[in-house]
Amino acid sequence: MPPVVKIEEIHKIYDSGEVPVHAVRGVTLEIERGDFVALMGASGSGKSTLMNLLGCLDRPTRGRYLLDGIDVSELDRNALADIRNQKLGFVFQGFNLLARTTALENVELPMLYGDRKFTTKQIRERAMHCLDIVGLSQRSDHFPSQLSGGQQQRVAIARALVNEPQVLLADEPTGNLDTRTSAEVMGVFQRLNDEGITIVMVTHELDIARFCKRNLILRDGMMVRDEAVANRSLSATELEKLSSAEAAAKLTGAKS
Amino acid sequence: MRFGSIIKVALRALMRNTMRSILTALGIIIGVGAVIAMVSIGNGAKAQVEAQVASLGQNVITVFSGSMSSGGMRGGWGSSPSLTIEDAEAIEREVTGIVGVSPEVRDRNQVLANGLNWNTSVNGESPDYPDIRSWKIASGAMFSDQDVRSVAKVCVIGKTVADQLFANSDPVGQTLRIRNIPFKILGVLDSKGFNLFGQDQDDAVLVPYTSHMKRLSRRSYISSILIQAANADVIDKVQKDITEVLTQRRKGREPDFTVRNQVELAQTATATTQTMTLLLAAIASVSLLVGGIGIMNIMLVSVTERTREIGIRLAIGAHGSDVLMQFLIEATILSSLGGVIGILLGIGSSQLVSHLNGWPVLVSTASIVIAFVFSAAVGMFFGFYPARKAAQLDPIDALRYE
Ligand SMILES: Nc1ncnc2c1ncn2[C@@H]1O[C@H](COP(=O)(O)OP(=O)(O)OP(=O)(O)O)[C@@H](O)[C@H]1O
Ligand SMILES: [Mg+2]
Repeated sequence: MPPVVKIEEIHKIYDSGEVPVHAVRGVTLEIERGDFVALMGASGSGKSTLMNLLGCLDRPTRGRYLLDGIDVSELDRNALADIRNQKLGFVFQGFNLLARTTALENVELPMLYGDRKFTTKQIRERAMHCLDIVGLSQRSDHFPSQLSGGQQQRVAIARALVNEPQVLLADEPTGNLDTRTSAEVMGVFQRLNDEGITIVMVTHELDIARFCKRNLILRDGMMVRDEAVANRSLSATELEKLSSAEAAAKLTGAKS
Repeated sequence: MRFGSIIKVALRALMRNTMRSILTALGIIIGVGAVIAMVSIGNGAKAQVEAQVASLGQNVITVFSGSMSSGGMRGGWGSSPSLTIEDAEAIEREVTGIVGVSPEVRDRNQVLANGLNWNTSVNGESPDYPDIRSWKIASGAMFSDQDVRSVAKVCVIGKTVADQLFANSDPVGQTLRIRNIPFKILGVLDSKGFNLFGQDQDDAVLVPYTSHMKRLSRRSYISSILIQAANADVIDKVQKDITEVLTQRRKGREPDFTVRNQVELAQTATATTQTMTLLLAAIASVSLLVGGIGIMNIMLVSVTERTREIGIRLAIGAHGSDVLMQFLIEATILSSLGGVIGILLGIGSSQLVSHLNGWPVLVSTASIVIAFVFSAAVGMFFGFYPARKAAQLDPIDALRYE
């Protein structure tokens, strides 16, 4: 089987400002099906830029990108939209849910676009199922403003999942979350990955990256390291550790 | 995207800023409302005029003395006496396709009866007159050709005159004194109401034209000739023949008469209505233009406000056309809702005007449909630019927009 993502010598130059910014400088990368990749690097190293290229939201200045065997650099605007709709799920940096729209309706959104025809009932059921996967089926009729940050992030993940994408892309999905919620979100990712979904996520935090299978490090728009994770963290164990640590803190706190 | 979802999203977006939506639609509401109200009032007036024109009788041609422009009908009425009884007789003799002719002489006189007096229009006519005007005799009978030939002192009175002078008795058979000459009342006319110029047609006394000319006004000229053509198909030919006969009788002199048929009279009378319709159209287009610009303005604001939302939709797989549709439909809903409210408001206010002033109003289905279609079209037209702007956004730029 070919790799689901294959990029060759990809470049991105922003020339909207006064000086052109060479944000991605010749990255070559292959990601196999079922992989779980963490993309790391300092702020401004080009992680989001690379993710946007992978997510077909932006076009590379140079280089080739084969997604699931399709050369996407040649596709037009609408074809790219269809690729995003059918093959990719994107969790953006920041939550990016539609305000004043319920969690369920947010998750239904990708099914309303694209050429796949669902009945209203199917749409509802699939969206509910995805909310169930992220553990939020109880909150389906809540508005984003009524949800916590972690819950909103999970709704965004459910939305990314609903069209059964080949690749799930997540830009700092735990960026605004505390340790426990981060571990929960990573738990969701690990479960999805176990079911066979390829995941690429950006993170700043080393211990979050350790939940993944493979770590990539970007510096100044170039790939400087690509390694497998030796001692993978598992969300269940991490959450347990956290709970006992909290319990211990409470006990000591009560004594003093 | 499915149509149902688009409508839902559009309605929700409009409801989110209810006040703003209402204010935006206000331009359309007022414009459409004003137009519907004025069209209804105009139509009512027009219908009334048409009814009055119809009350002139069917297929009636009028020859006026004096030549005049179409606008100067009233000023020209008998202004230079030139028509004679011989003219009327020549027409009756030489023109085919005629069913009735009545030479007319008119003046105002004080009439007396029953010890009461009343100022009214005394009209010299021929016995054909009631038939030409499709005017029924309520009681008694019309005077006859014999009465005309014998210059008889007989008359037929209108409903108003009967009411004024014979409140409690039957006028038929009684005597009416005109210029102190006793005229025997042969009949009473049915009520006919007001004519084109707002005159009470029932306020009249009919006498044989010969009696009028010899006994009352002592004129040798008649002021007009009423002719009834046999049917609508021959009316043009009859009109032409009349003109020919009269022109021949004048042997090269400047024509001193005017021949008008009913349709032309109606056109003269409705000329003002047409001017008003034109004016209305101008008002309508200006107000719809202003309303449309308001919608465009708010839609532009809305697109800017919702840039992130657009970015999310595009990133998730919406095509430009989906976004275009969404905003276009939003603008169209806004303007057509404005249109509907405006229509209701227009109907309401025209009914109110009719109630308060007693004006006839006629709300036509056509004007409602046109107003609705137009307001929807305005939304589509003025919503297109903002919608296209939204559709052409780059997903990345839109997502990053603060
Ligand atoms: N739209 C843009 N126009 C111009 N320059 C840009 C644009 N977006 C990003 N850049 C520049 O490209 C470089 C890479 O930006 P990018 O957002 O990919 O960084 P990042 O690794 O995601 O950083 P962070 O961890 O802070 O999110 C930065 O120097 C940034 O200033
Ligand atoms: Mg970033």
